[in-house]
Amino acid sequence: MDILVVLEDNNGTIHRMGIESIAAAQHMADSLGLSAGAMAMGKNVDSLATEASGYSVDEVLSVNHELLNDYSSDGYAEAVKQVINKENPTYVLFGHSYQVRDYVPKISAKLMRPFLADSIAIDFDGKDVSLTKQMFNAKLFSDITPSGDAPFLISFQSASFLSDNATTGTAKKREVVINLDSSMIKTESEAPFKESSGGVDLTAAELIVSVGRGIGKEENISMAQDLAAALGAEISSSRPVVDSGWLSPSHQVGSSGQAVSPKMYLALGISGAIQHVVGMKASKNIVAINKDPEAPIFEIADYGVVGDLLEIVPKLTEAIQSK
Amino acid sequence: MKIAVLVKQVPGSESPLPLVSSQDWLDESQVAYIMNESDNYGLEEALQIREKNNDGEVVVVSLGPDRTQKVIREALAKGADRAIHIQTNENYPTDPLAAASLFADALKGEDFDIIFSGLQSDDLGYGQTGVILGELLGMSTATLAMATEILDNKIKVKRELEAGYFQWVTMSLPASISVQSGCNTPRYPSLKGIMGAKKKELNVVTPSVGDQNQSIKKIYAPNTAKETVMIKGSVDQVVEKLVTIFRNEIKIT
Repeated sequence: MDILVVLEDNNGTIHRMGIESIAAAQHMADSLGLSAGAMAMGKNVDSLATEASGYSVDEVLSVNHELLNDYSSDGYAEAVKQVINKENPTYVLFGHSYQVRDYVPKISAKLMRPFLADSIAIDFDGKDVSLTKQMFNAKLFSDITPSGDAPFLISFQSASFLSDNATTGTAKKREVVINLDSSMIKTESEAPFKESSGGVDLTAAELIVSVGRGIGKEENISMAQDLAAALGAEISSSRPVVDSGWLSPSHQVGSSGQAVSPKMYLALGISGAIQHVVGMKASKNIVAINKDPEAPIFEIADYGVVGDLLEIVPKLTEAIQSK
Repeated sequence: MKIAVLVKQVPGSESPLPLVSSQDWLDESQVAYIMNESDNYGLEEALQIREKNNDGEVVVVSLGPDRTQKVIREALAKGADRAIHIQTNENYPTDPLAAASLFADALKGEDFDIIFSGLQSDDLGYGQTGVILGELLGMSTATLAMATEILDNKIKVKRELEAGYFQWVTMSLPASISVQSGCNTPRYPSLKGIMGAKKKELNVVTPSVGDQNQSIKKIYAPNTAKETVMIKGSVDQVVEKLVTIFRNEIKIT
């Protein structure tokens, strides 16, 4: 296969960014006249492979090895490297998740081939590809081209491709055998844990109500929480709200928090600093309420209200509840 | 314990970012440079380990043109013992694989126990150099470190995972660890440190830059022109319009 998508496990289902990578691979395959496939590994390899076989790709590869049951950067990098060497793909695609940041540079070093990381778009010039990447804290974009021999490792930023655009179909499954031994794995991992209770996975949220400095004071947070409850939304915030201790760090969206792409992101009193915007600009609909008509959030909002959120929010909650 | 810290000089967050006419790099004469934010935390982590063990050496390593020596001196002023400047006045590599290969060549005879790097640079933002370097030198690697603990010939790293999760990972030394901003409180240089920095050893190496496997063709400002529908009226009218938009446009059910 020419394009290989490496899928990530999210507790037994394909990580959302994996489906986005399948959509990216299908787009590349169509544009370049190439074949695409996917590979799964880890303790949930079978369920991931079955899920992936429901998409329109040529093949889904399963890599079964007990040393891959728990994630390790050494094990995963070696496994993908061996699959690449066996299958000779030209492009290897990943979602730019925390796990991918951790192990894919190792594959780059093992193969001495480039990792075009955190791309947001791909363009084609005949058979050549060019990737767009944000640089200088997303203030500038750059077009980057790979050179030399294949393979080229590419990761796409969350929501660069939409999982809804991944075409479904029927793919055949095949097992690929690799050789690993425990001496290759230099790390020993303990079980993942949460620092504080009540943390939320905002990355999977469909609706988000997000609070910024404009909420004014801690007592007003409950107003946003009531609106979130009425909408069935998760609550999140920008950094100043977390730094003030009004919400726990697990609610933070932005470069030092989570990256989200909900159907609606309702920004309440968020100015739209770049550190926040990088974490939420992929949202399908951005609705902003802010007192300041010059707030940069309005540059990226689909819908904007210049007004006092302390007046609007309680009435909005009421209106939604009475529907 | 011999520790290397990779630091990079990058444009400050308030710096203008004008482009050269060929549009493939910044006009550096107008850029205000600072030490990359997360590298500050890598340096602090190294200094704290040295102080805790009351033994060891912290070596700051930076790649770039002559201007880079400003952040090298800053790191020495904060307490690093000596420095290595990988000088690339021409042909500054923007490919992390090429950059990491230069670091590997410069560091391979040094036998560092730990290499600290920042999670990613605030200019190019690939976030790969520390991991690639570790792999090239046959070291253990870990990223997104929020805390470290030195054990007997091992290092224990608290890694940040997605969605608010963390994980402790223990690995054999030598190890290359890239740290997340916020993992400690970086110090400011003391006056004594600033004075002393001038006398510390700064070794300049001038390698030739190899082939790049990815290169920047063009840099440009993003097109942010997005049509925003502004909702106007009294509070009640705004609320009514929002509810309609939620239902009919965004299709919240």
